[in-house]
Amino acid sequence: MRYFLCCIILVLCAAQLYAQQPTGVKAEDTPNDSGGSITVVWNRAELPDGTMYKIAVSESETGPFHPAASIDPSGNLQSSDPGTFGHGTETSQMHFAKIAEYDDPVDPSKKIAIENGKTYYVQVIAQLPYDEVFPSAIASTEAYENFFNTLKTNNFVLGTIFSLIILGGIFLAQKRELFIRRIAGLEALDEALGRATEMGKPVLFIHGLHPMGSVSTIAAINVLARVAQRTAEFNTELRVANQDPVVMAVSQEVVKESYLNAGRPDAYSENSVFMVATEQFSYAAALDGMMVRDRPATNIMMGYFYAESLLLAETGASTGAIQIAGTDSYTQLPFFITTCDYTLMGEELYAASAYLSREPKLLGSLKGQDIGKAVLLIVMILGTILTTILGNQTLTHIFTAY
Amino acid sequence: MLFLRRTLPLIIAFVVGMIGILVFYIPHSGAQSLEQELATWDRIVAAFALVLGIYSLMRLHWSRVRRQQAAWGYSFLVFVGFVITTLFAIYNDGIGPFEPQVLNSGPFDWMYKYVQVPADATMFSILAFFIASAAYRTFRARTPEAAILLISAIIVMIGRVPIGASIYQGLPEIAQWMMDVPNLAAKRGILLGVSLGIVATSLRIIFGVERSYLGGGEE
Repeated sequence: MRYFLCCIILVLCAAQLYAQQPTGVKAEDTPNDSGGSITVVWNRAELPDGTMYKIAVSESETGPFHPAASIDPSGNLQSSDPGTFGHGTETSQMHFAKIAEYDDPVDPSKKIAIENGKTYYVQVIAQLPYDEVFPSAIASTEAYENFFNTLKTNNFVLGTIFSLIILGGIFLAQKRELFIRRIAGLEALDEALGRATEMGKPVLFIHGLHPMGSVSTIAAINVLARVAQRTAEFNTELRVANQDPVVMAVSQEVVKESYLNAGRPDAYSENSVFMVATEQFSYAAALDGMMVRDRPATNIMMGYFYAESLLLAETGASTGAIQIAGTDSYTQLPFFITTCDYTLMGEELYAASAYLSREPKLLGSLKGQDIGKAVLLIVMILGTILTTILGNQTLTHIFTAY
Repeated sequence: MLFLRRTLPLIIAFVVGMIGILVFYIPHSGAQSLEQELATWDRIVAAFALVLGIYSLMRLHWSRVRRQQAAWGYSFLVFVGFVITTLFAIYNDGIGPFEPQVLNSGPFDWMYKYVQVPADATMFSILAFFIASAAYRTFRARTPEAAILLISAIIVMIGRVPIGASIYQGLPEIAQWMMDVPNLAAKRGILLGVSLGIVATSLRIIFGVERSYLGGGEE
């Protein structure tokens, strides 16, 4: 009988020990990085208050193990990082820790970084209150560099689909004529340039504040090329104001080439594309002064604008100039709509060059853009129905950025 | 010549554009260092372009001063400001131009704090009056759209100040709803269009369909 009771006590002690010991410990390379990190995962367990998980790392299976991280059992669940571990229900039952360094055994105030291609042995230790410790089994792995960021898979797939739709639009445009909706602001461009020609006054083209790397600035440069060609044909003075020196250098080349293409290289003046100021409000103040003094007949503002948008457009409106603005900055759109005669809203800025050129291939890309928008609308309606009525979040997860 | 003016820029645009797209998806250190290398080139080009920018600015204002055009005094002030700022930057609070620029003390910092910042603030403050005059013009309810704009603007403006809740307790909630639902919906619609526009413009440039940035467009 005594022997039997001892056995039961031993079994219960072993069961208790097992319950406290971290289980399911696995180590693997941290995905989607340039190496230098390993990820440890283990099962969630019910533990007494005050328990902490300690992660220890060693370069040898037999140790010694060096402290690398301390994890609170109430946190670090896989469900908190759905990009890496997915959205499954099991993710709420697994802990994880990303280890990029561990304590230097010689000087614990220093850290040793995880190296690529080297095998590391990892142990998860449940440290209960009163310093009782329950170490897990040992897991091993290597860190290495990844060639594809799987967190961006949805971005890659959706980007590829939209790119194919747009390229399909370009291909289709070469086969047959496509209908493109009228954009009033662009239809009025010739009228605005013609007015400047009739009045014998200059056209002022104002760039936004973003540098050359911004797509809105590239779109503005594309519009500038079309405008410069028209002003060269109409023999109207064009002034291009710049806030960024790189944008200025590109604008100079574009305007020069446009004048050359229009057969009027002699009409191009080096002073027509100039640097105004690199500071936002200095830029606005200088341009306001130019508008008031020189009274250009047409002001064209293209690119990404900030608070200076209203300072420029309101001053331009007070001088009686025809104003055409185009921006993808939605915070500044109301100001332009209020003060300008025509405003290109958001995507219309990007469509401007294609629209003005009337080239079938460029117009085809606009058609592709419209098809892409229709697809997004359908997805949004479907997503709303699935999430709101059926409680299914699949589409939401597909379109989530990580 | 045509190769240098047309074909080479198109090849560079394609190669750099594709690299820009691919490194976004590749976390490998090789790809990341290539991206950093390109960013360094960008900064070097920008530094050279800054010299061109200064040259352009000086030439423009010099021609104004030389011809004594209207308000040429302002152009003269550009030279005064440029010379003084450059001298203060070289002086660098007494430690010379070859040491890192001293911040929070010295005449260069004084110029920034007590000339540039107040001048910027003055320009920014003018915005309030410009908003008022622009709003006055817009809110003249001549069309149904302008009337809707006027009503919604009044609700949002009054709903966002304490007196709004005193007039009607539900007004702040209505104002917030207008910002969170119709306003946000419109904003997201614009953003979706902008995102697709960026994709389309980038593709047009990378694949050489859009060539107007080379000047003129058609060959």
